Amino acid sequence: MIYFDNSATTKIDDSVLQTYVKVSQSFFGNPSSLHRVGEQANTILQQSRQQIADLMHVLPEEIYFTSGGTEGDNWIIKGTAMEKAPFGKHIITSQIEHPAVINSMKQLERLGFEITYLPVDHAGFVNPKTLAQAIRPDTILVSIMAVNNEIGAIQPIHEIAHVLADYPSIHFHVDAVQAIGKNLDQLLHEPRIDFLTFSGHKFHAPRGIGFVYAKKHRLLQPYMTGGGQEKDMRSGTENTPAIAAMARALRLVKTDEAKKAAAQAAIKKYLVTEISKMPNIRIFSQMNDQFAPHILCFSILGVRGETIVHAFEDKDIYISTTSACSSKKGEESSTLKAMGTPKTIAESAVRVSLDEHNTMAEARDFVAAFHEIYHHFEKLYA
Amino acid sequence: MEHIYLDNAATTPMAPEVIAEMTDQMAHDFGNASSTHYFGRTARAVLDESRHIIAQSIHAKDDEIIFTSGGSESDNTAIVQTALANQAKGKHIISTQVEHPAVLKSLAYLESLGFEVTYLPVDKTNHIALADFKAALRPDTILVTVMMGNNETGARMPIQEIGALLQNHQAVFHTDAVQAYGLLPIDVEKMHIDLLSTSAHKINGPKFIGFLYARTGLNFMPLVKGGEQEHKRRAGTENIPAIAGFAKAVTLIDDTERANRQSKYHQFKLQITQALDAAGIDYGINGTLATDDLQHVMNIWLKGVPTNVLQMNLDLAGFAISGGSACTAGSLEPSHVLTAMYGSDAPQVAESIRVSFGAQTTPEEVAKFSEQLIQSVKSYLTKQKSKIGG
Ligand SMILES: Cc1ncc(COP(=O)(O)O)c(C=O)c1O
Ligand SMILES: Cc1ncc(COP(=O)(O)O)c(C=O)c1O
Repeated sequence: MIYFDNSATTKIDDSVLQTYVKVSQSFFGNPSSLHRVGEQANTILQQSRQQIADLMHVLPEEIYFTSGGTEGDNWIIKGTAMEKAPFGKHIITSQIEHPAVINSMKQLERLGFEITYLPVDHAGFVNPKTLAQAIRPDTILVSIMAVNNEIGAIQPIHEIAHVLADYPSIHFHVDAVQAIGKNLDQLLHEPRIDFLTFSGHKFHAPRGIGFVYAKKHRLLQPYMTGGGQEKDMRSGTENTPAIAAMARALRLVKTDEAKKAAAQAAIKKYLVTEISKMPNIRIFSQMNDQFAPHILCFSILGVRGETIVHAFEDKDIYISTTSACSSKKGEESSTLKAMGTPKTIAESAVRVSLDEHNTMAEARDFVAAFHEIYHHFEKLYA
Repeated sequence: MEHIYLDNAATTPMAPEVIAEMTDQMAHDFGNASSTHYFGRTARAVLDESRHIIAQSIHAKDDEIIFTSGGSESDNTAIVQTALANQAKGKHIISTQVEHPAVLKSLAYLESLGFEVTYLPVDKTNHIALADFKAALRPDTILVTVMMGNNETGARMPIQEIGALLQNHQAVFHTDAVQAYGLLPIDVEKMHIDLLSTSAHKINGPKFIGFLYARTGLNFMPLVKGGEQEHKRRAGTENIPAIAGFAKAVTLIDDTERANRQSKYHQFKLQITQALDAAGIDYGINGTLATDDLQHVMNIWLKGVPTNVLQMNLDLAGFAISGGSACTAGSLEPSHVLTAMYGSDAPQVAESIRVSFGAQTTPEEVAKFSEQLIQSVKSYLTKQKSKIGG
């Protein structure tokens, strides 16, 4: 079995699972409880927060736990909108954001906010100059993803930050869900970034847990209210076992990060080289440092993406159409559409996404399978 | 030192079966249920089966169950989104003074947006009067949110009666069943409930997972937007292992087990009151000992002994109990529930503890607890007396 769908979700690491189980058994208390069982759970919670903050080179009070990437995106976007509505109701984002961002924006539109969805060029990049032109006196938020989940394009975060340097009151949010563990710290440590969203299950932590970085003194309205957990910013009994597990997963993914990212890039490079040898192939994820090392999006022209995915599945290889969210309904990719890719080509796109456990041997098997599938359809469509 | 956990209303340890189920899910299955490939489909099958088990447990239809990150999210979604979706029909909401903060803070937010909320008072046993509810109901009421059972005293609210009264009314009926689920039989059809919140970690399931039941056809706006998971009503990659763990926890509590727990916990309450009586302790029960109420929560007024003294004392002796609810995160603020029952100056507000039982609690543990409680109360009162005397 070859699992090349790590951008959809990753397999939990064994030792991370052990942490989850151990904390569930030994430190199951409610961290808000004032007795020892609660205090022990609270200690684990705060230690995990400290570990995550250290690994991200931020302060522990800048880390908030959420139920995942979707909640993080929703919270930061709507929380900013509610907090800053008195100052303006204009928001800038891009056409290639994850649905968690796009649909939060759509909801805000119905509440009277005005959203500018920046276009991207043919390669999938937002143009910082276009962004600069879109800024208005009433702009309160700019939300641009770090790594696109469909083609892996790394957005020009530093350049955007440079533009925003002149507008210190605008909140700058970056969805970094696909950027973790890919040796992109230099990007994520951009000091102008105010908010970052992360999701545990994309880096071998459990599902249903994630975290948000919120720069100190940057204000947001809470999104989940109630018992006042997370300094009254995110209520709900804390998921201590999953949080401790996520802290461990983050440490593991950050260990030898550069080396692991290079290995994924090497696999991707091999795949690109082999696949592009064939005619009628379109590669959307290039082999340069403007693309993440783990995502490879390509088309076999004329064959629908789902068909390719199922053909690989028959060979026990798991890839996806461009993203898990769009794959179920067989919709064309929103990113490719925004890039101006013709519909027929966009519909034939598939995504291979790697993690640090994938090997060159798997890549060779993949290429062998690719050739078989390719020739099968070549005959069919000849 | 032995540790005895009597704070199950705050959270419960996961059942071993639940841990086993989750471990299995996490170790062998890593499909994103939205993916179309084999792993994705397997994940979807687990999701569907879990949803079915859970829907059955409250007599709902499968697609009326929306998985959320827990009780707080369910409450926030149900209350805020229902009010926003229905504001054209009116801006009046009815609730009670003794709801969980997840409900009260959601209502406070709505008040800041111009909604009007009537908070029904409670009597000294923490129950609301149906007459008060009837009097509060108006043609422009759009939402009624009343908890099924209270987390500090176990008081059970007249949900079925309210549901019946709302039969021919436009108001949407939400109940926070976070404490009641797993102890009371729930039939959303019979009780005419439109929205219902639960949280898995209160019934020996995992944390950060719960569900919101939303009746078919309800005007419903999602809170968490994004991908199309949960029929577009709750976005985010589905937390399959936690959902499977939740379903496992639910299967461990069938009708018989639920009734068994209520009667087992009732015996625990009697065991404690008998011990206190026998020792001549001056105490009161905040709430009732009636079998109608939730039996896992017991709120005791120990006259003359400050809450924090007792709590610390018992903690040092190895007993985890609570001063009020855990959910006013780590704070020692006076309980809004006891205040609603007695007024803010009443001694009960400063001299009460909450004890809550769980599936793992044994009569021996309760006996040890009673003994320690009596000892702690007596030694504090003796010291006080000698201070006054000297
Ligand atoms: C870029 C991006 N943002 C947000 C999300 C949502 O994360 P989650 O599934 O944890 O809610 C995902 C993954 O699905 C993603 O790829
Ligand atoms: C009655 C009630 N409602 C809601 C909640 C909130 O649930 P959670 O902490 O799982 O979000 C709790 C417990 O904390 C509760 O007791």
